[in-house]
Amino acid sequence: MPDVQALVNDFLIKLKKRKIEGSQATARQTAELLRSVISQQRVPYTNQAGALIDAVRAVGEQLIAANPVELAVGNIVRRVLHIIREEDLSLTTAAIAGLNLSAASDGDDDDDGERDEHTVLSAAAVAASARNALRPPSLQTLLEDMPESVAIPHTSSSGGDSEGKSKSADKSSRTRRLKHDVIEAVNELIQDINTCHEQIAEQAVEHIHQNEVILTLGSSKTVLEFLYAAKEKKRSFRVFVAEGAPRYQGHLLAKELVTRGLHTTLITDSAVFAIISRVNMVIVGAHAVMANGGVIVPVGLNMVALAAQKHAVPFVVLAGSHKLCPLYPHNPEVLLNELRSPSELLDFGEFSDCLDFGSGIGSPLLHVVNPAFDYVPPKLVSLFITDTGGHNPSYMYRLIADYYSADDLVVRRRVALGN
Amino acid sequence: MDPRRAPRTVSDPKVRKVGFFTDPPDRSLPGPPNHPISSFPTSPPSTVDNSPPSAGNSLSPVMIPPPRHSSSILSPLRRDPPEFFPLPASPTASTTFSDDVASTMKGRGVAAASSSLPGGLLFDIAASSVPASGLTTVSVVNNLPIEKGGGVAVEMQDDQSSRSKSLKEKTTKAERRALQEAQRAAKATAKAEDGKTPAAASGAAASVKSGKSVKPPPSQKNDSAALAALEKKAGDRPPEKDRKKEVPQPRMQFDDKSRVEKAKRRAVVKQTEARNRVELFRHLPQYERGTQRTELQSKFFELDPVHPAVYKVGLQYLYGDICGSNARCIAMLQAFQEAIKDYSTPSEKTLARDLTAKIGSYLSFLIECRPLSISMGNAIRFLKNRIAKLPLTLSELEAKATLRSDIDRFINEKIILADKVIVKHAVTKISDGDVLLTYGSPSAVEMVLLHAHELGKQFRVVVVDSRPKLEGQLLLHRLVGKGINCTYTHVNAISYIMHEVTRVFLGASSVLSNGTVYSKVGTACVAMVAHAFRVPVLVCCEAYKFHERVQLDSLCSNELGDPDVISKIHGREDINFLDGSTNSENLQLLNLIYDATPSDYISMIITDYGMVPPTSVPVIVRDYRREHLWI
Repeated sequence: MPDVQALVNDFLIKLKKRKIEGSQATARQTAELLRSVISQQRVPYTNQAGALIDAVRAVGEQLIAANPVELAVGNIVRRVLHIIREEDLSLTTAAIAGLNLSAASDGDDDDDGERDEHTVLSAAAVAASARNALRPPSLQTLLEDMPESVAIPHTSSSGGDSEGKSKSADKSSRTRRLKHDVIEAVNELIQDINTCHEQIAEQAVEHIHQNEVILTLGSSKTVLEFLYAAKEKKRSFRVFVAEGAPRYQGHLLAKELVTRGLHTTLITDSAVFAIISRVNMVIVGAHAVMANGGVIVPVGLNMVALAAQKHAVPFVVLAGSHKLCPLYPHNPEVLLNELRSPSELLDFGEFSDCLDFGSGIGSPLLHVVNPAFDYVPPKLVSLFITDTGGHNPSYMYRLIADYYSADDLVVRRRVALGN
Repeated sequence: MDPRRAPRTVSDPKVRKVGFFTDPPDRSLPGPPNHPISSFPTSPPSTVDNSPPSAGNSLSPVMIPPPRHSSSILSPLRRDPPEFFPLPASPTASTTFSDDVASTMKGRGVAAASSSLPGGLLFDIAASSVPASGLTTVSVVNNLPIEKGGGVAVEMQDDQSSRSKSLKEKTTKAERRALQEAQRAAKATAKAEDGKTPAAASGAAASVKSGKSVKPPPSQKNDSAALAALEKKAGDRPPEKDRKKEVPQPRMQFDDKSRVEKAKRRAVVKQTEARNRVELFRHLPQYERGTQRTELQSKFFELDPVHPAVYKVGLQYLYGDICGSNARCIAMLQAFQEAIKDYSTPSEKTLARDLTAKIGSYLSFLIECRPLSISMGNAIRFLKNRIAKLPLTLSELEAKATLRSDIDRFINEKIILADKVIVKHAVTKISDGDVLLTYGSPSAVEMVLLHAHELGKQFRVVVVDSRPKLEGQLLLHRLVGKGINCTYTHVNAISYIMHEVTRVFLGASSVLSNGTVYSKVGTACVAMVAHAFRVPVLVCCEAYKFHERVQLDSLCSNELGDPDVISKIHGREDINFLDGSTNSENLQLLNLIYDATPSDYISMIITDYGMVPPTSVPVIVRDYRREHLWI
């Protein structure tokens, strides 16, 4: 346990100092951290899922607080929580199925009056939860299977409330299996995060045609792989890269593209409007995708999206599933943004007297604003390409619902209540 | 004829040209290459044009000694030997040049008045009889003196000139070339008919010799008709001529190999083309800066034809020491002023033509340093116009003084005074508590901000900047130095900062006649985001920068800056991703200088004529330019 705490603290410091670049790296490291948290977590015989959830939440809350703008952290925490719930659910349903088989022969701990009813219902419940394991509850399943609402609370809390069950042999194997399954699933998640580029890039040929002119801003590994994949398939096209002040990641991307043999033109950010009339498609990476279909992107892309809209150029966002955030944004330009150091824009030497907050005159004459992100509203986005395929912005809420359980949307409050 | 209609009837000049010149078949006319219609000059305009000499007297009260050398006459001067223009350049006329705005206006009025005179018909008959009789043009000249009957030789001269003018006037709309031919023919026949009218011939000869030999008319009244005719021309022809000019002459397209070759041979400075040119911008010149500089410096003592002042300004352009269209324009004009001061006309050349050529060579030098901005183009047009309109009677010293004062006047009126007016207008749009956003370092906007601050208005300024020039930092320095509360950010953060902005003030390099604002690259982005956030966009632009060209995108005409500044980021040595790969064949660096902001994004253009919507720009270009800008 202490070594996990050390890991967590280490990661927290990294997050706070913004040492981790990019949401993919953050997501992967978060998932790895949570995996070790889970593996180190001692699981009680009762309520294993609850214990795991609590442990993950406790860590998750800290991680999210360390960098609330890095939504990938929260996404991964929620995904892991969802994984725990799902694994628990599938185990329980399996157990119930087994239980139902034995229910005919011997009596249950529960009151006998309900027993008959329960066994009748449980078949439906098993079917419903089996379906749920594949798909999270949708409005349709909720409506058509009323019994599910009876069955689910029962099953999910089954680990906790039935002391008698835990004594049985298959229960103990179940606890071990739960943790094992969860870790397996987290490993899969990490795998997914690592390979999302490839899955997105596979779709490149479907979207890039011959002699296409593509504009992008800043640098994104996903975009790089996407473009390269199209190049690999013998498509020839040109890429305009806006340099993406103040970090000038566009230079990096341009260099990468050039070394991979793509025709690349590097432009200043201000020339985006001038160039976009000759561009066929804007392809950008995202920092996070919100549930309403809006995107948090590197600064400057809102301008690009507006210009693209003006010239009816498709604005395509590439996003791995770890970037899908189940939250709906409120005032994201300010609340989901962070201001970086003014030194990226101005030399401190020149303006030091004007920037001085300690001079006592009140507010200084000069402010330097250097935001890191932009918010692109869903109406400006033409298409999302995720590792599961292309989607409309209006569909994102549904896609996101696949990955998260509704209970975890607010990580912090639940934890606060728990404490 | 209503002179205002003249520019609209396009076929008019061609009709007359055809009627007048097709008939003498013996003369092979190389001039008018395309005759779309062949009809006779009995068209009403010709009637109008020929205001009769006899009727001229009655008109004298309204007459103001005309700007004879107005562009109509002038422009042939530039192209063709000037001797063919027997212009009685009176010093009185020259004195009125400064008022020529008014005189042109009146001239139009006079012309309109003269059109109603019956004498015009008479003349017209004479004119129209010419082709019918199959005589050369001079026959008209010879027919006419009957009406006037000038006795004194001077008067004869005068007459002659007036007639030749009226002759010319008939052909005002004809190709100048054709006119020339006709006059040559007239000269020839005049010589042939020497015996008949020796006085007239001598007059013609005198007039042929040079403008100087022609004495100023002894009586204004006598040739007032001619003046009227001239006035007419002044009123009528400039639009015509301007119109031809106004169709912007095709710019040099740098993807045209043969022309580029030609241009290179002419070039003072050897320029090596940048290696990796962007495919989309093949039509724009792009040279390597480094070689240009060393080349220029080494050639300092060899560059014989370039005046040192011009050379200095050229270098300043090249190094980017002078930027901003106003500053560049003023620097150029002042350099030309210096050059004109030191100019002396070579023998056997006329000042007007030689100086125009000189200025042209300076200009091509400056263009080699950096392509002209539109505002500079306008200023050049003004200057060339002034040179062309110089009365031939002026001594060289006087002419130079006139030109220099003209340049001063242009700088003062069109730039400095215009800025003051703009500031006065724009300040009314700033109120307490405003957050004003500006992009780059527009000089006019800076003046507005400083003035508003002086007035004690409480506001905050957001300075948005962009690479590679980072001019905003200079503006920021100056504003903060004056104690204005500022926020500084870069163009990418525009969407973030726009939430708090209440007004956007932008500068412009030019405003094109479809309302497009042609300005520093990135202006379009700022205006677009402001428009998306429903923030009014005010563009401060002096009217001399307006241009009748239209443009829809930022690609067809633009300027390419030094591509190398893109790969190196000033002050950020940590970013050197591109260090090794700038030579790669696949990498192109594009450094656009300007972009075109669509007029939809512009709420208002603040100019010296007041605050107008972008849709009014063509109106200003059309209606005000002639009277106020170019004369």
